[in-house]
Amino acid sequence: MSDFPKPDQLLSDIDRKPPQMDWMDTPVTIRKGMYCYAANPKSVEYTHLPFPHQWNPLDEDWKLPENWQEILHEGFKVRLERFRSFKLFMDICVRCGACADKCHFFIGTGDPKNMPVLRAELLRSVYRNDFTAAGKILGRLAGARPLTMEVLKELWYYFFQCTECRRCSIFCPYGIDTAEITMMARELFNLIGLNIDWIATPVANCYRTGNHLGIQPHAFKDMLEFFMDDLEEITGVRVEPNFNKKGADILFITPSGDVFADPGTYTCMGYLLLFHYLKEEYGLDVTWSTYASEGGNFGSFTSHEMMKRLNSKMYAEAKRLGVKWILGGECGHMWRVINQYMDTMNGPADFLEEPVSPITGTKFENAKSTKMVHLSEFTADLIKHGKLNLDPSRNDNLILTYHDSCNPARGMGMFDEPRYVIQNVANNFYDMPPNTIREQTFCCGSGSGLNAGENMELRLTGGLPRANAVKYVHEKYGVNMLATICAIDRAALPTLMDYWVPGVGVTGVTEMVANALILPGEGERTTNLRGEPLPGMEDE
Amino acid sequence: MNVKYMYSLLAVIALFLLAYLGVEAAGLELLFGIIIPYVAVAAFVAGVVYRVMGWARSAVPFRIPSTCGQQKSLPWIKPNKFDNPFTPGAVVVRMILEVCCFRSLFRNTRNFIQEGKIAYQLEIWLWVAALAFHYAFLTVIVRHMRLFTEPVPALIKLVETVDSFFRFEILTDTIRVGVPGLYMSGLVLLAAVAFLFIRRIVIPHVKYISLPADFFPLFLIFGIAFTGILMRYFSKVNIRAAKELTLGLVSFHPTIPQGIGVVFYVHLFFVCILLAYFPFSKLMHMGGVFLSPTRNLPGNSRAVRHVNPWNYPVEVHTYEEYEEEFREKMIEAGLPVEKE
Amino acid sequence: MNDKKIFLIKDKKYIIAGLVVFIALFTFPFWYNSGKAAPGPEIKLTEKAKAAKECVMPTAYMRAEHMQLLDIWRHSVVRNSDNTYVNPSGKAFTMSLSNTCLDCHSNKADFCDKCHDYASVRPYCFDCHIDNPKEIK
Repeated sequence: MSDFPKPDQLLSDIDRKPPQMDWMDTPVTIRKGMYCYAANPKSVEYTHLPFPHQWNPLDEDWKLPENWQEILHEGFKVRLERFRSFKLFMDICVRCGACADKCHFFIGTGDPKNMPVLRAELLRSVYRNDFTAAGKILGRLAGARPLTMEVLKELWYYFFQCTECRRCSIFCPYGIDTAEITMMARELFNLIGLNIDWIATPVANCYRTGNHLGIQPHAFKDMLEFFMDDLEEITGVRVEPNFNKKGADILFITPSGDVFADPGTYTCMGYLLLFHYLKEEYGLDVTWSTYASEGGNFGSFTSHEMMKRLNSKMYAEAKRLGVKWILGGECGHMWRVINQYMDTMNGPADFLEEPVSPITGTKFENAKSTKMVHLSEFTADLIKHGKLNLDPSRNDNLILTYHDSCNPARGMGMFDEPRYVIQNVANNFYDMPPNTIREQTFCCGSGSGLNAGENMELRLTGGLPRANAVKYVHEKYGVNMLATICAIDRAALPTLMDYWVPGVGVTGVTEMVANALILPGEGERTTNLRGEPLPGMEDE
Repeated sequence: MNVKYMYSLLAVIALFLLAYLGVEAAGLELLFGIIIPYVAVAAFVAGVVYRVMGWARSAVPFRIPSTCGQQKSLPWIKPNKFDNPFTPGAVVVRMILEVCCFRSLFRNTRNFIQEGKIAYQLEIWLWVAALAFHYAFLTVIVRHMRLFTEPVPALIKLVETVDSFFRFEILTDTIRVGVPGLYMSGLVLLAAVAFLFIRRIVIPHVKYISLPADFFPLFLIFGIAFTGILMRYFSKVNIRAAKELTLGLVSFHPTIPQGIGVVFYVHLFFVCILLAYFPFSKLMHMGGVFLSPTRNLPGNSRAVRHVNPWNYPVEVHTYEEYEEEFREKMIEAGLPVEKE
Repeated sequence: MNDKKIFLIKDKKYIIAGLVVFIALFTFPFWYNSGKAAPGPEIKLTEKAKAAKECVMPTAYMRAEHMQLLDIWRHSVVRNSDNTYVNPSGKAFTMSLSNTCLDCHSNKADFCDKCHDYASVRPYCFDCHIDNPKEIK
């Protein structure tokens, strides 16, 4: 990042003026910093996806199968039949331009092909050429163009510059959802082996070991044991989580990012403390699983089929362990999958019980079929019923704001639960401006498998609108901590904050809960979970 | 010069000449007054059915609404009933808001970078123009029914009365406007079409994304409104004869009465082109908006299971396979296993 | 993933119902007027009108523009106290709906109303000029 421009420079370089030349005549230039490396063929092979091969996006030759056009055409056709959304979104756009400036990548880069409408038009032009009468007869006059290698490269480049955040879809008068179109485009790329490595390898790892880094079961347990040691040091209490325990009340699944990378690890420590508290106080028996140790679903960035293959572990493990229902941790895409796909794909979960909080007796009516509850829903319910012994002043050194993660926002509608939790475990909370939160929230810029290292420029430009809103509350209220409920956020936002808004940290909501939570028999805490002194303890 | 709209403009001019010369020079009243209208209506009906059934044939495998408000979860958290509907009834309300009020477009904002900050602004004009355009068009269609019904139903008379509610008169030696009564809808339609066109060539990014297919309907509708206004206020046609023709069409007793002005045939031809073009163009958003899976499905997929008609079994990595690979390490780490 | 299948779609019935409603609305004029030919009304001329042969202006002009002409007449009489109209061929007329127009066309129901009804036009002329009484001078 040493040769990377300074924030002010980057900002003033954004030029939204579209070029004179028509977009169809403007060739694509695959630029370093804006794309992710090609998938490692071993990973593609492991999951038995088609055409694993060594290739480089910068090369002229992508070493495609000879009949790649035919494969894509057939794949396109099948998907038009299987997904009404896809067919409809190919047909009904009127190009009103309402979505144009709603994409974080467009705001951050000014590249016109990052306008959601144009991103979709890249693919629509091919659709018109292959599947509509007007396109076949009038060709370019009808906005059609044949799928050449140049066009394929353009599609690949720009559909890996979409984070499937769905922000454009809420502004579209017909609800055209670019995330849906991106998912289709990526399914098509996967038919000819054109995935990116930051998706393909985590997919293979999740498939095999259950988590995206490929950590094996014993090492996974080791990781959590480190946290247990740290927690003992901080709180004086030894927490003892269950692993793969048959007959536990609840199976807990969270993204494995929380287990491996700061600051997600603190959120993970938060989970451990919360479940320990609930066990001690109320006898709630929660188990972790090493088999289903990944909530985040990198398969959903590959294809619906891969999404289903990875997601299947959740129900399979819940069934094997004989738990009553499943509790899900803080994760973005994981919750889009759970909320809108899991039951349809891998249900019905008739071997589970309709989720009821054994502590408060609350029935989670909204999850009665899928039988999976979000930790924020669960915690908000506990707090509402006064079941947690909290000391919010332990978070007094923090001035918090909350980043609505795209998928729990626009694929679920979870806005008030995490806010309620935060406001009960911390005293200083300020929301960002209304155009940038709740259903209008901005993506971190690294979602849908784009949080690699090699595409840093893409991530930082894409994260600009989010960072800018944080900067606003940072300057206005002195906000110094950004809370989220997404593991990709926790992985991506610290870099983004360091670049655009130095002085703002990133945390999970449950980390805040755990800071405030008074455990039975705990010693006097002098530090928070990060080992930083608590307010008033700075001198000790 | 922008080639994209020039193509469309030329196409509409060519269509104008075709109808004008066809009737005025070649005397093809029969073709333009009877044959083409029937063909156009048939193409419209068949085309719309074909397109909508084409969408209906595709599956809706997942329930994927864009949730634009608080979900229904805990009883004490107030859900946003209509932006994130939980029940089919609430979905109906959401759809009515979308279809009749353009709810999503109303959210529109505009942003720009100013002094190193991104500033947001409410952008209401597209919403206003879109509403004005669609409702004016609807009013125009409804009040035209007076030329297609005999006797004219009271409701249509009412719409017409309301539409010409404002009396407006200029009487000088050169300009004489005022009789017959002025229809607001015609003027609003013309103004809205002009706005939508100007926006397409003035706003750089909208210009950049526009296709000839975006300009063609605008020019065509402009042509329809323009010839309509011309006929009513300026180069008046014999309305009685016009109605004889239109009524003849819809009662399947087609006739070509004498003495309808040529403008009428141009107007009618433009409408026929619009009808025949409609099903094969982006104008099908009219039907599509009802079918959009991100809007017309409830956000309740965790409570009520959605069934995917083509859900097929997939290859999975079972726990047994997993344990087989890692059993020894698991035992060593003290993790429970199925088979010792 | 490549097997062909006909999907049984649950919502098809709603879509078809919607289509049927739309087509019914669109084709409303066809079934509303089903089969009955409705030629424009016969316009009956009074003997006096027949004898006069020509109106204040040629017939074609009168058909299309009579409302405009009357509006101008009204304006001239009411605003400018000018109540004489001279047509292009030099013939002078008193600008009066009741005394000039309806003098010849004394059969309002057959001459005016039929056509107005047919075209669904409701002129407000007759709001005041009720049933063709001669104005008393």
